[in-house]
Amino acid sequence: MTLKPLYSITALFDTPDAIIHAAEEIVKAGYTKFDVHTPYPVHGMDLAMNLKSSKIGFFTFAFGMMGVLSAIILISWITISDYPLVVGGKPFWSWPAFVPVAFEITVLLASVLSTAAMIVLYFKFPNISHPLHDTAYMKKVSSDSFGICIQAADPIFIQTEVMQLLKNLGGSSITSVYLDPEEIDHGQKLFDIRFLGVLSVIALMVSVATYFTLNRLMYVQPFDWMMVQKKMKAQQHTILFQDGIGMRTPVEGTAARGFLPYPYSGKPEEAARYLVNPILPTKENLNQGKAKFLTLCSPCHGNFADGDSRLRGQFPNPPTLHSDKVHQWPDGRIFHIITEGQNSMPAYAQNISVQDRWIIIEYIRVLERARNATESDLK
Amino acid sequence: MNEHRLDDIRKKPLPLKLYSAGWLLIAAGMLIYVLGYSVDKSHAVFVNLINFLFLTSIGVGSLFFIALEYLAGAVWSVPMRRVNEFLAALIPFAVLLAIPVIFNLTGLYRWSSPSLVSTDSILQSKSPYLNINFFIYRFIAIYGCLTVLQYILKRNSILQDDDKNQIRTSWNIRVSALFMPIFAFGVTIISIDWAMSLEPHWYSTIFGVYYFSGVAIAGISSATFCIILLHEHGYLPQLKRGHFYNLGTLMFVFVNFWAYIAFSQFMLIWYANIPEETIWFVARWRNGWEYISVLLIIMNFAVPYFALLSQNAKMKLPRLKFIAVWMMLAHLLDIYWLVMPTYSASPIFGWMELGFPVLIIGLAITVFGWKMKRYNLIPVGDPKLKRGLEFHI
Repeated sequence: MTLKPLYSITALFDTPDAIIHAAEEIVKAGYTKFDVHTPYPVHGMDLAMNLKSSKIGFFTFAFGMMGVLSAIILISWITISDYPLVVGGKPFWSWPAFVPVAFEITVLLASVLSTAAMIVLYFKFPNISHPLHDTAYMKKVSSDSFGICIQAADPIFIQTEVMQLLKNLGGSSITSVYLDPEEIDHGQKLFDIRFLGVLSVIALMVSVATYFTLNRLMYVQPFDWMMVQKKMKAQQHTILFQDGIGMRTPVEGTAARGFLPYPYSGKPEEAARYLVNPILPTKENLNQGKAKFLTLCSPCHGNFADGDSRLRGQFPNPPTLHSDKVHQWPDGRIFHIITEGQNSMPAYAQNISVQDRWIIIEYIRVLERARNATESDLK
Repeated sequence: MNEHRLDDIRKKPLPLKLYSAGWLLIAAGMLIYVLGYSVDKSHAVFVNLINFLFLTSIGVGSLFFIALEYLAGAVWSVPMRRVNEFLAALIPFAVLLAIPVIFNLTGLYRWSSPSLVSTDSILQSKSPYLNINFFIYRFIAIYGCLTVLQYILKRNSILQDDDKNQIRTSWNIRVSALFMPIFAFGVTIISIDWAMSLEPHWYSTIFGVYYFSGVAIAGISSATFCIILLHEHGYLPQLKRGHFYNLGTLMFVFVNFWAYIAFSQFMLIWYANIPEETIWFVARWRNGWEYISVLLIIMNFAVPYFALLSQNAKMKLPRLKFIAVWMMLAHLLDIYWLVMPTYSASPIFGWMELGFPVLIIGLAITVFGWKMKRYNLIPVGDPKLKRGLEFHI
């Protein structure tokens, strides 16, 4: 004698035609809470069981749309703002290149999430117990028989009548299936705190394990051609030279390309006399001169070379460049000051290339001319 | 399915009114053809080419589905197979439509004019393939093969109605296996010869597949349209929603297939960005052609995709019929988009584009009516017919 509550009555049938007929008859008898289990999908079953068409398609559609949108947003963010790379001279936002990836992500999300939704909605995951599990009935219908299971929860369920009906329909092995105590609660357990706790512990463990496995234990560089190069870096130790120092002084009497020594060191008058500005005041040169001037000169001399001290007295005020003295200096004299420094102004030979010095001087001339513009300049 | 109910639909000719309308449309179409050729021959020959390719698509597409269903052992399609067979009988009429084009090849293809070839080294290097004689031989060989295979498949199916000989089904399966490679080569060569060589410098290795996707769309949508129309007027009363669902699904499949192939062709050319390849798309993206290109995407993919997406949509007959007509028009637009930019730098749509397809409609109605008068609308002798009629999803 059992005290367990009844879950359902099950019966087995031998052929797909018999099961379809049985399902039709059960629908006709008025039962609504019953299910059919077959080893493979049987055509016409939906109609025989009087089922409505599945709503899972709407989930698939929503997940697919989610896939398209997330893919497009992700790729757009990467290519526009996170890591813009010019590929084949195309704009950063080149949508045709996104389509294959968006398509793949759509298919991936739609299929994986639909399956997940099915598991949650129909199998009531994480509830993994079901009264039909581990029964002789389930073993038969998953190999070679077709089974029907009428639930005791059906409003018109009377045990003897159901058994008689199934017998009349030609069912064999008519069995009663009882609920185990833990199977009685069929409530949704997805948000059960214990389940979520286990899930987050698993997630944490997998993340940590993955991190250490990939980044520490099995770290393999895909290619290191840029990181590892056979060259000496500054301040590196070397075994090539006896003293072990990697940095060497240049050979006596040589000069690096573009770094000719300044011949008028300490001779401002000679610099003014012999140096000639090689730069033409073209639009590009002046624009570059403006950029260089604003970056390197304007902090002290001011945006318009007025010597208006943007440093607010924290540094000696430099003179204006609009004085008659500077106005009458030839370009070489200014070049000398930029190169060697003057009074409080340090030497800028290390910071500004020779070419840029001349370009800046051209721009200073423009500023001077703008201050004393004539009528004809406005035309 | 008892014999008595099948006897009802053995032979049931189309209403006389429709039949005579078919002849009337043929006469009108011929008139428009003659008028078109006499008014503007250079324009008419291009529109004629569109018409020819469209009729080829419907005929060859229908034949493709017959062979496919034989090879796949499809059961559901057996009750509707005659519709495909009747539509496949349009292939010889496509040959008739090609004749005025063949007599005006020089107005259509640059490679066919010796004076242009003599100054063009690319065309000279392609001349072993692209020359008028070889072109016509290929045309005769392909359409000859397709016509003969269509005749054999139909003949076996028709004879089976009376002698109920099951061996004819296995013969037809073999003929279908023979047909498939011929079909693949044939459609590729038709597309290269008649559509791609309009721009003889340009080439795309996926072009044959692109045209095939359109052929399949034309084949399935024309069959679906005819089947639903016949069903609505009581000709195929045995069909159930499962049959229409399958037709809708196949249409949906090839809508997606077309988009997949069209995009593949576009993306590779766009990515590589080589002028000799991009020129073809550039011609379709300026002077108003860009609107036609966008319209093509909307018509051939976006609208039918969403219209056919849900399960219910594939079983609602009015919507399925509408989409079938829509897809035929979309395929017509597809061919227009392939062919016409060679003729005019900006899209033109005049009385010829509108009037020439009248001949196709007339031909389709007349051939269909003529076949229905002679043959059963359901292959009553097919061994798979009973299972086909009982098919449900």
